[in-house]
Amino acid sequence: MQQNKQTVKNNNHKILRRGVLASVLMVGFGFALVPLYDVICDITGLNGKTGVLAAENVTEQNIDHTVVVQFDGTVNSDLPWSFKPEQFSMEVVPGKLYHTEYVALNQSKADVTGQAIPSVAPAKASIYFSKTECFCFTEQLLTAGEKKQMPVTFIVSPDIPKDIDVLTLSYTFFNKNRMTAEQQVAGNASHEEIEI
Amino acid sequence: MSHDITHNEIGHDHHDHKPKGFVKRWLMTTNHKDIGTLYLVFALAMFILGGAMAMVIRLELFQPGLQFIEPHFFNQMTTMHALVMIFGAVMPAFVGLANWMIPLMIGAPDMALPRMNNWSFWILPFAFTMLLATFFMDGGAPAGGWTMYPPLVLQGGHNVGFLVFAVHMMGISSIMGAINVIATIMNMRAPNVGYLNMPLFVWTWLITAFLLIAVMPVLAGAVTMVLTDRYFATSFFNAAGGGDPVLFQHLFWFFGHPEVYIMILPAFGIVSEIIPTFARKPLFGYVSMVYATAAIAFLSFIVWAHHMFSVGMPLGGELYFMYATMMIAVPTGVKIFNWVATMWKGSMTFETPMLWSLAFVVLFSIGGFSGVMMALAPVDLQYHDTYFIVAHFHYVLVTGAVYGIIAGVYYWLPKWSGHMYSERLGKIHFWWSTISVNVLFFPQHFLGLAGMPRRIPDYSTQFAEFNMMSSIGGFAFGLAQVFFVYIVWKTVRGGEKATDQVWDDAKGLEWTVPSPAPYHTFEEFGPVDLDKMAHGKIH
Amino acid sequence: MKKAQMKFMMLITGLLASSMAVAEYGLNLRRGVTEYSQTAYGLHTLTLWICIVIGVLVFGAMIVSIFTHRKSKGYKAEQFSHSTVAEVIWTIIPIIILVVIAIPATKALIQMENPTDDSGKRMKMDLTIKVTGYQWKWKYDYMEDGISFLSTLDRDHNIARQKGSNIDVNTIENYLLEVDNPLVIPVDTNIRFLLTADDVIHSWWVPDFGWKRDAIPGYINEAWTNVKTPGIYRGQCAELCGKDHGFMPIVVEALSKEDYAQWLAEQKGEQAEEAELVQTEWTKEQLMAKGEEVYNAQCGTCHQASGAGMPPAFPALAGSEFVNGPATDQIDLVLNGKPGTAMQAFGNILSETDIAAAITYTRNSFGNTAGDVVQPATVKSMKQ
Repeated sequence: MQQNKQTVKNNNHKILRRGVLASVLMVGFGFALVPLYDVICDITGLNGKTGVLAAENVTEQNIDHTVVVQFDGTVNSDLPWSFKPEQFSMEVVPGKLYHTEYVALNQSKADVTGQAIPSVAPAKASIYFSKTECFCFTEQLLTAGEKKQMPVTFIVSPDIPKDIDVLTLSYTFFNKNRMTAEQQVAGNASHEEIEI
Repeated sequence: MSHDITHNEIGHDHHDHKPKGFVKRWLMTTNHKDIGTLYLVFALAMFILGGAMAMVIRLELFQPGLQFIEPHFFNQMTTMHALVMIFGAVMPAFVGLANWMIPLMIGAPDMALPRMNNWSFWILPFAFTMLLATFFMDGGAPAGGWTMYPPLVLQGGHNVGFLVFAVHMMGISSIMGAINVIATIMNMRAPNVGYLNMPLFVWTWLITAFLLIAVMPVLAGAVTMVLTDRYFATSFFNAAGGGDPVLFQHLFWFFGHPEVYIMILPAFGIVSEIIPTFARKPLFGYVSMVYATAAIAFLSFIVWAHHMFSVGMPLGGELYFMYATMMIAVPTGVKIFNWVATMWKGSMTFETPMLWSLAFVVLFSIGGFSGVMMALAPVDLQYHDTYFIVAHFHYVLVTGAVYGIIAGVYYWLPKWSGHMYSERLGKIHFWWSTISVNVLFFPQHFLGLAGMPRRIPDYSTQFAEFNMMSSIGGFAFGLAQVFFVYIVWKTVRGGEKATDQVWDDAKGLEWTVPSPAPYHTFEEFGPVDLDKMAHGKIH
Repeated sequence: MKKAQMKFMMLITGLLASSMAVAEYGLNLRRGVTEYSQTAYGLHTLTLWICIVIGVLVFGAMIVSIFTHRKSKGYKAEQFSHSTVAEVIWTIIPIIILVVIAIPATKALIQMENPTDDSGKRMKMDLTIKVTGYQWKWKYDYMEDGISFLSTLDRDHNIARQKGSNIDVNTIENYLLEVDNPLVIPVDTNIRFLLTADDVIHSWWVPDFGWKRDAIPGYINEAWTNVKTPGIYRGQCAELCGKDHGFMPIVVEALSKEDYAQWLAEQKGEQAEEAELVQTEWTKEQLMAKGEEVYNAQCGTCHQASGAGMPPAFPALAGSEFVNGPATDQIDLVLNGKPGTAMQAFGNILSETDIAAAITYTRNSFGNTAGDVVQPATVKSMKQ
């Protein structure tokens, strides 16, 4: 009987070790889902983020249908800028490179750095939409009152399904200055006092 | 962490030796029955606390207009009600039942890892102290919903840290409990009890424990990311930094959907014990019950995004999640049909546990029906985030999980306490609860369909009648549960002596030990009489 | 959808409507005014009836069993414990039923994601409206026409809904479902909605259109609709978005195409007029009157109609040193927001006139005695 108890005890501890290991692995799995999600989004266009294409990889092709591409600029209310596309929409032929510009203006009396985040609607169109040049790849610094043209060069893939005849490229500009750790904490603490 | 079998060695001479003094008996206990009791008492306390929050919610919603509380406090109430009920009441209650009953049902002397068992319980009071302490802080308790979606949850000031660490602790507690259950079931069964001899409650808990180990860590990971987004300027879920708030929803529901089965599978097990006893007939389709449970558990991992049809997924994704979700109806249906077939041509009596179980079958099915309706993505775009879903998950969680727990308490209370509860009071409690719970939740279906969103403190006057009805039902149901506390208290304190068998013809090893169950049972750790087990011989 | 199926659906729909007459009493899902909402309604009705039939059968069997197979009637229990045939049957039949439901559901979902017009062709876009969710209001941008405005809970409703307002909300028509500026759309027009948000996730939902879609900061979502019937349609934010989640309704006014064209022209005129007004000198009375309106709609949620605020999160304006201090500081703060707080930058949200008026109002109300007047032109000059 004593022997038996020892075996049971050993087996219990074996299960305990495996259980703990499994839980730790599952925490790792949880974190692994973050890059995995990005990969899935890249492949399926799940969240509407756009792809990037090096200019030399673009081969222009002629396609018989066109797609309307709309441009939209959103400014997060944390950022004292105005930001608009030069033209609202464009009819484009898939497989050809196009160029357009946005205009950003810092309306405040301080220098501010912004970062634009692109998004395409419908999300399923995003995998067929690539940019070869975009201001969203880097942070943008505008001095007080500065106005800046921001160019975008893009191509719609010839593989785009025929039932997508309109897509919107939208940029949201966020205030990068608000992104430092300290300010982030303060920014999220809605109960902290506004010093007035 | 050494395994504490020493108990048995000391305990051989005088059978029912319990440690003396509160600290030794309760704080330092490694006895599965004492820990089971602790879990159940804790769960009951949290059930009353979470219920009190629900009363505040229903009070504010009694009439249109804001009469009692401010919107921000209302949001704290809905958030904390859910967290307390899920992590404080339902899950600990099931762990308590597992602690008490699993060793008794499989002929084990105790849980496999008794010291860890103590630890996993005693983490919980600390976790909830941390969580509830946020009420007294600047900015109040978490108010972003129990789903903790960023960016909203990040606006919670410093309660975010408390929330995240409390969830971590609850998660650790659950994982330790789950490991213990698995080790006990896999390793501590009496030598002649095979897997397919185990009672269904043991089976459902085994599967639940695997679910817990698989998903609680994912939740822990997700809330950790919320924590670092909040305090360390990471951007997992912050669009401005290249993150995606929808990613949190995927992570959360990867945990969240199995979680809802964690809260219902053990209840399936309890009901599968009770119905055969009072129908005096073996459980119909034991093996298919086991398979159905496993199938539900498996499906729960691949349907999570049905909580997110409105975020804008690609068509293919929506179709997949819709089909996968609909599939769950099949094994769930098998279970319900099996229960009805168990009753069929039985010789039924209707003691209190049976009444709760029958109500469970009917009312859980109603929750299941609305579940099938919401599985349909195109209509879910209407149902989503309305009172229709509120009605749905309260039917499956209150008249499902909680009814299962209450049925189990009435069923096993005589074994625990050695006293019979008052059948008359038990029946009053049942009818009072069942009528009021339907007055409470059924009208919420209509509210949702008519267009009332969930989580709002005030509503358009067109919703007034049903809200008032629902609130009246709510107050009555709340009061009924205070009555339940009284019944339990009274039974523990005294009353008619329970026999060892308690219910005539009930099968199961728990009925072979004396009532109340002595402090140590099955110490010999030898073969048990399979004839006493419901599935000892047949399949 | 095939004709037979259509007839079946209509029959079922008719049955429900006639036997219960529930729709009018708000017991059932709304049929709505778009093709999609009708489809969703049909699917809802079909599934509901299937569930009711299954429920009647299963619960019926239970009730029969409960009343006949009971010990008190001396019924002796049989001891059967499984039947492969029965178990196979009740696995297969639900699968068949689910397939029956899945077919129309799949079609409906395709209709939602790839909407078609009456002729069955892919819907061509006529109008793009961008919806932006803010805590706790909506902003609508008519992308083609360059019109843009905010839509917040109507002022009377906002006053009535405050705790301790002592106003009987039953006396208020469409309580909590009224806004200052409704979204105006033309009927029989393919409208493409683009949805995004500024701060947290919101969800734009008009039940009569048959769908809700999340508005997520940094991301843009798409949904289509084509409203057949002119009318006023009301909805609410459907995703918990903080304190005033329950108080950011949606009102859509669907006009005939002619009326819409007229409305559009008026709006364009107004916005041009607005631009002109910025340059004109306003009197204090004018600014105060407009300011009160703007303040109550935009600022009062946090700083309260009385200016008392809700410290510490939302400071009081009444008696504030800052508000009684230099006007330029206040203009700068309102335009650009206050980092690290709930104070948004209103420079892109409100017009110069609105900002000037609101600031003037706060400096001369709640017992504040700054006494000066902020002109729209001053605000405009500070923007650049």
